[in-house]
Amino acid sequence: MIRFLLTRVLQSLIALAILSVVVFILARFTGDPLHLILPMSATAEDYDNARRYLGLDRPYLEQYLSFVGRALVGDFGTSIRARKPVNELLRDRLPNSLKLATFAMAVTVLVAFPLGILAAVHKDTAVDRTAQVIAVLGQSLPTFWVAIVLVEVVGGRLQWLPAAGMDSLASYVLPGFTLGWFVVAGLMRLLRSSMLEVLDSEYVKLARVKGVSERWVIWQHALKNALIPVVTFAGIYFSILVTTAIVVETVFAWPGMGRLAYEAITSRDFPVIQAVVLTTAAIVAVVNLAVDCLYAVIDPRIRYGS
Amino acid sequence: MATPVLEVRDLRTHLVTRWGTIRAVDGVSFALAERETLGLVGESGSGKTMTCLSILRLAPRPAARILGGQVLLDGDDLLRKSPREMERIRGKKISMILQDPMSSLNPVFSVGMQVREPLVAYHGLRGRALAERAASLLGSVGISSPVERLRAFPHQLSGGMRQRVVGAMAISAPPRLLIADEPTTSLDLTIQAQYLRLLKEIQARHGLAMIFVTHNLGIVARMCDRVAVMYAGRIVETGPVRAIFRAPAHPYTRALLESVPRLGAARVRLTAIDGQPPDLATLAGGCAFVPRCPQAFDRCRAEAPPELPVAPGHAARCWLHASAPPHPGRGP
Amino acid sequence: MAAEPSAGTLADSLPELAAPAVPARRRLRLPVVSLGIIAVFVLAALSAPLLALSDPYEQALRLRFQPPVWLDGGSWAHPLGTDRLGRDLLSRLVHGARVSLSAGVLTVLLASFVGAAIGLVAGYYRGRVDAVLMRVTDATMSFPVILLALILAVTVGPSYTNVVLAIAVILWARYARVIRGQVLTLMELDFIAQSRIAGAGAWRIITRHLFPNTLNTLVVLVTLQVGYVIIVEASLSFLGAGIPPPAPAWGSMIAESRDFITSAWWASLFPGLAILLVVLAFNLLGDWLRDTLDPKLRQL
Repeated sequence: MIRFLLTRVLQSLIALAILSVVVFILARFTGDPLHLILPMSATAEDYDNARRYLGLDRPYLEQYLSFVGRALVGDFGTSIRARKPVNELLRDRLPNSLKLATFAMAVTVLVAFPLGILAAVHKDTAVDRTAQVIAVLGQSLPTFWVAIVLVEVVGGRLQWLPAAGMDSLASYVLPGFTLGWFVVAGLMRLLRSSMLEVLDSEYVKLARVKGVSERWVIWQHALKNALIPVVTFAGIYFSILVTTAIVVETVFAWPGMGRLAYEAITSRDFPVIQAVVLTTAAIVAVVNLAVDCLYAVIDPRIRYGS
Repeated sequence: MATPVLEVRDLRTHLVTRWGTIRAVDGVSFALAERETLGLVGESGSGKTMTCLSILRLAPRPAARILGGQVLLDGDDLLRKSPREMERIRGKKISMILQDPMSSLNPVFSVGMQVREPLVAYHGLRGRALAERAASLLGSVGISSPVERLRAFPHQLSGGMRQRVVGAMAISAPPRLLIADEPTTSLDLTIQAQYLRLLKEIQARHGLAMIFVTHNLGIVARMCDRVAVMYAGRIVETGPVRAIFRAPAHPYTRALLESVPRLGAARVRLTAIDGQPPDLATLAGGCAFVPRCPQAFDRCRAEAPPELPVAPGHAARCWLHASAPPHPGRGP
Repeated sequence: MAAEPSAGTLADSLPELAAPAVPARRRLRLPVVSLGIIAVFVLAALSAPLLALSDPYEQALRLRFQPPVWLDGGSWAHPLGTDRLGRDLLSRLVHGARVSLSAGVLTVLLASFVGAAIGLVAGYYRGRVDAVLMRVTDATMSFPVILLALILAVTVGPSYTNVVLAIAVILWARYARVIRGQVLTLMELDFIAQSRIAGAGAWRIITRHLFPNTLNTLVVLVTLQVGYVIIVEASLSFLGAGIPPPAPAWGSMIAESRDFITSAWWASLFPGLAILLVVLAFNLLGDWLRDTLDPKLRQL
């Protein structure tokens, strides 16, 4: 199992390395960033000076290595737009995103799990149909649309909940709910179909034959097996969460990484974009690693091989 | 016989499917005494497994519906029990061993946990008593180093050992009735004999009544006292093993016996039974075996035969025995 | 223990009998609603230039935010109202359908083609090839799509092609995983071994034997993904990293009218509704296809 983990760590590192190269290439080869930094009246000499100052005249390999070297110690350069070191921006924004994401995940788990399980156990009843409707709607409604409707209607017109900023606990509700909505739908469906399959299995039949109480059969025997495919997908769902976070944070003016990314796009702020992409990729990789560990914990076939 | 351990009377279970209603168990009746083994024989789809599941009230819902009959366990009708009461009966009074040991153990729980489950539930054992009992239970089914095995997971055991574990779980209570649904079909040939021996031993030790479902007549000859042959959801012949093997009364039974290749017999061709098992959704009136029966005549097509006596303790659903003639084979 | 006298009928003690009956005969029911919705949108998209619609790009600032025809101030010239710049909403919706649907279908086809190819190769060759391909697949699969699209939007500039590429570059991984799984199962079956014995080469086995058996799965996955891609494309356009204005894209239409949700609600409601309907239709269709073609794919 240690070998299993080490291989995964190695793969993640390789993936991150490749990603950094891709990001670097895209940033350097697609237009001159200097156009954005220097004023219109800059002369050719100004450009040369700036280029030398920013190190843009050195060979690409050198640029890349210094970029990586600095990135590894957390120095991502200076934000073009904010004129502050990028790390400061990251340090401010990252925790906020994590808090929102945790809230959203909590909501997701609390809603999707019971619903998914109950939908499977009471197949074809009202509970099941309701859950299925919620799931399908959740996956068909565009998040940004739901978000702006909530902002304008619940936050603006009705004034029930705050729809901007991160001031109080109440301000977590709308963005958290919007963020988790899509994932709730997907997770619930997955759990339902997984449970249905497990409930049909021979070992569940044997457990019933043994006289194990129905409650124990569902919540112990069935659920533990049903969670395996869910855990497998957890990594993907996390990246969907990250994707959705950009939209949600922007619409709800949440001071997080997603909003930072959006601001960086609109102002073509390369250093920030690079930093955001790499940091996010690193976080996703870590989460996936954690998921793999969890997978090994749940399924003894992975732990002990055969 | 004294009050039989199990008495099934006219059990009927229907399966409602997309293609029609299947009469999976169509008026099945039999009785079983203590220490007696009944062999339930038939092709796939004949209703053997569905009968057993119906006895346990575990027929797959919502498609399966038990429509009627009685299932008397020590005189107590199981069809009238509440789900909660049935839960208490399953495992304790009636146990079942399923066919495929690979899939009947939960892959994510240790063997020990699964063996301890019934012990905790039925006997309220805890701590050391529980551990010792679990180990001795595994030992009693012939598993070596039981303490280590308890810590293992199902995928780490061989098929034969898994089936022994399932056997151990089945006798934890111990029950009055053990149903074994083709328990050796998925095992290697060399292991099969051992396992059958183990089952016989368990039965003798605990005085169990046993229903043995199989399509293998050799196993029937070795394990069973009585046989019930099933076809299209009905029992078409029932009687003592010896009598049925020597003088099968129903053409289907006869065909089954003849289709078993025997070493040393002067036979040139293997005989098979012509035709296919019937489509249970479209059964006509009359005897279900008619399309494949070499001795069918008009009455067979018109009316389904009831159970008719052939000899004491030996009955068959066949018009050939309508007026107890000593000449089977000639029509009335 | 003597048997209790039966209280009531057998149905009282057998919950199996009280359960609602499954209908004895269930014919194959086509998902008429989903197919209908998709057909409407596809037809509208295909015939957009032929329909007598206003020019989706024509601005008429005097007619800004004109309400739909059934409200005060509306007119049949602009049945669904106009947007921030006085452009006809209905026309922009229909032209937007061209953009969204084509982007969705194109992206998914591209991703599925590449993904299936990789999955087939990985599953067939196993060993080293499989290991390497799967590592790449896993790494790709968990990368957030929007981030890549954002990078492209910032560096190369937002465009239709960029959107399709950005999404497809991440999406293929899903197909590769699923198809590979299927191929692994198929390889266990005897007919593959038989072709090998008969002398068939890798190419022949993959294209003639493996691929056709994965078509079912592909069709289901493709249908289910179209909806997702349409949402992603709309989100990108909403953020300004997708199809650039003034091209009518549902996402950017919503972004433009964001501040007027409560006053000129039609400008953001109708595009949103369009997205919802199309995606819903594809999802339902995908579900139906999965249940009909191969229920084992329940995990998709």
